[in-house]
Amino acid sequence: MLKRTSNNNPVSFTFEGETIPAQSGDSVASAMLAHGTQALRVSTRRKAQRGPYCMMGACYECLVEIDGKTVQSCMTTATDGLQVSRVNHEDV
Amino acid sequence: MKTYDLAIIGAGPAGMTATTAACAQGASVCLLDEQQTPGGQIYRSLNHCDEQRGAILGEDYLYGKTLIDPLSTIDADQTFGATVWRIDENGHIYFSTHGQAHRIQARHIIIATGALERASPVPGWTLPGVMTVGAAQILIKSSGLITEGAVLAGTGPLLYTVAVQLISAGSPPTAIVDTQQPANYVTAAKYLPSALARAATLKKGLGYLAKIRSAGIPFYRAAGDLTIEGSTAAQALSFSHKGHTVRLQTDNVLLHQGVIPNTQLTRSLRLKHEWNRAQRCFHPQTSDWGISSQSNISIAGDGGGIGGAIAAQAEGHVAALGALQSLSLITTEQRDAGAQPHRQTLKKEAGLRRFLDALYPVPEEVMRPSDHTIICRCEDVTAGEIRSFVKAGCTGPNQTKAFGRCGMGPCQGRYCGTTVTEILAAENKLSHDAVGAYRVRAPIKPITLGELASLTGTGD
Ligand SMILES: Cc1cc2nc3c(=O)[nH]c(=O)nc-3n(C[C@H](O)[C@H](O)[C@H](O)COP(=O)(O)OP(=O)(O)OC[C@H]3O[C@@H](n4cnc5c(N)ncnc54)[C@H](O)[C@@H]3O)c2cc1C
Ligand code: FES
Repeated sequence: MLKRTSNNNPVSFTFEGETIPAQSGDSVASAMLAHGTQALRVSTRRKAQRGPYCMMGACYECLVEIDGKTVQSCMTTATDGLQVSRVNHEDV
Repeated sequence: MKTYDLAIIGAGPAGMTATTAACAQGASVCLLDEQQTPGGQIYRSLNHCDEQRGAILGEDYLYGKTLIDPLSTIDADQTFGATVWRIDENGHIYFSTHGQAHRIQARHIIIATGALERASPVPGWTLPGVMTVGAAQILIKSSGLITEGAVLAGTGPLLYTVAVQLISAGSPPTAIVDTQQPANYVTAAKYLPSALARAATLKKGLGYLAKIRSAGIPFYRAAGDLTIEGSTAAQALSFSHKGHTVRLQTDNVLLHQGVIPNTQLTRSLRLKHEWNRAQRCFHPQTSDWGISSQSNISIAGDGGGIGGAIAAQAEGHVAALGALQSLSLITTEQRDAGAQPHRQTLKKEAGLRRFLDALYPVPEEVMRPSDHTIICRCEDVTAGEIRSFVKAGCTGPNQTKAFGRCGMGPCQGRYCGTTVTEILAAENKLSHDAVGAYRVRAPIKPITLGELASLTGTGD
């Protein structure tokens, strides 16, 4: 569980159609974690749930799809109006 | 295409210091970093730090301002949000910002890309809710998000640092499960004299441990056999402790086993690397001036071997002077005189590091995980599968790719590479240097065809 130390500059984006609140400084991954969603993708081989592990752009466990592109959600700044969805793993 | 005397990749303590030092000598410098702001891992997001966050993260974090502030007064091109994905033999650097690719050229390049946390492959470490200790710290630094009710498992200075930061944030960890063994104190004792030059740092470390104790956090020493339980997310951490199995219910497990150099760029350049037995990791070979096996490439900071933030800062200075001398922008005398104070810092930090390396060695279960533990997270390859590849004749990391796609996922072996080398060395009874590491090819981060097209489209 995560708690916020401050409340400033709220923004929001959607994940699979659901509205996710975020703040300045948030990446898409940190906003998802703050929202309580840890599992962002399913692993290719065993189809197991996976979520952010390193938060620094190295492990690729936080992959999501934005504008048709697969991106690391921990390296993507949360901005107003982003439409984020789960990745289709056949493309990764 | 823009050209520079010196390009510096990574704006952590090493890269920031190298940039400032090189500008002071009149060189044309370009600084690139993937993060949105300077600071590197230790001083991440310090530019956006408010008073409350500063109080949580502490004085060692706030010290970073002394390195970050000068960047706004110097005449260097600085690009943030810039991911470097290729360096070629002619000193061209390819990087992307916002999905747009760029290319610059530099006569000399300093790679200061820092460290990654060592993987902690234990059963269940791939479950959502399991992150690294550093990841929880990134949530504090970047977003002011505090992990509540976490169990911290593993060992090393960063684990205690983050435990203290969580205490300061009013959300102490519910337990610390420490894999350090009593014997480690005995081994480390012989390095204590060399570490005493850094008595203040040692005292600070002891202060952290005292803070953890006085917060009343259950502290399980000499724990082993870590297993994270859960089917779709972490539910509990179980481990052996004093001959019993302990099970702690938690949905947040934070793992840590120290840090290792990030060698993606240096490997992609085919620079010579060697295995460091004390730190159990590969690092690029460098001269006293940080110059690698390729004369126009230098390495500074943790990316060249783990020395910590203070050493990284000193190495940044030394590497900048070494690079400028090799470009004939300063004389040998200027280089040597300029480096003198930083060499003294490096000597003291090295003494401390030898002590810390012995005090917090990598536990056996992390070097040689049990058969059912996943090693390659991207492709779901277990330790048992890697051992079965060995039985079928696999001797090198690159062959594990052909045998079972190990290391072929998007992380390009960042989190399985070291473990794969450990397992192959043990199974084949070979030295780590003989086993080697994954061959890394550019682009070191996946890029899209659109990005490549944007590069040719710029007309450079
Ligand atoms: C998650 C984490 C947290 C840490 N926290 C602490 C701490 O609180 N206290 C402490 O004493 N030590 C900490 N450390 C240890 C840390 O390695 C050193 O103390 C210090 O940050 C090393 O400095 P550096 O300049 O060598 O590299 P870093 O500070 O790691 O800086 C490297 C920089 O290179 C950039 N980079 C990497 N690859 C690329 C690329 N391909 N393209 C562009 N840019 C790139 C990164 O974004 C980063 O900003 C931490 C390490 C990690 C991994
Ligand atoms: S969480 Fe590791 S790359 Fe994003």
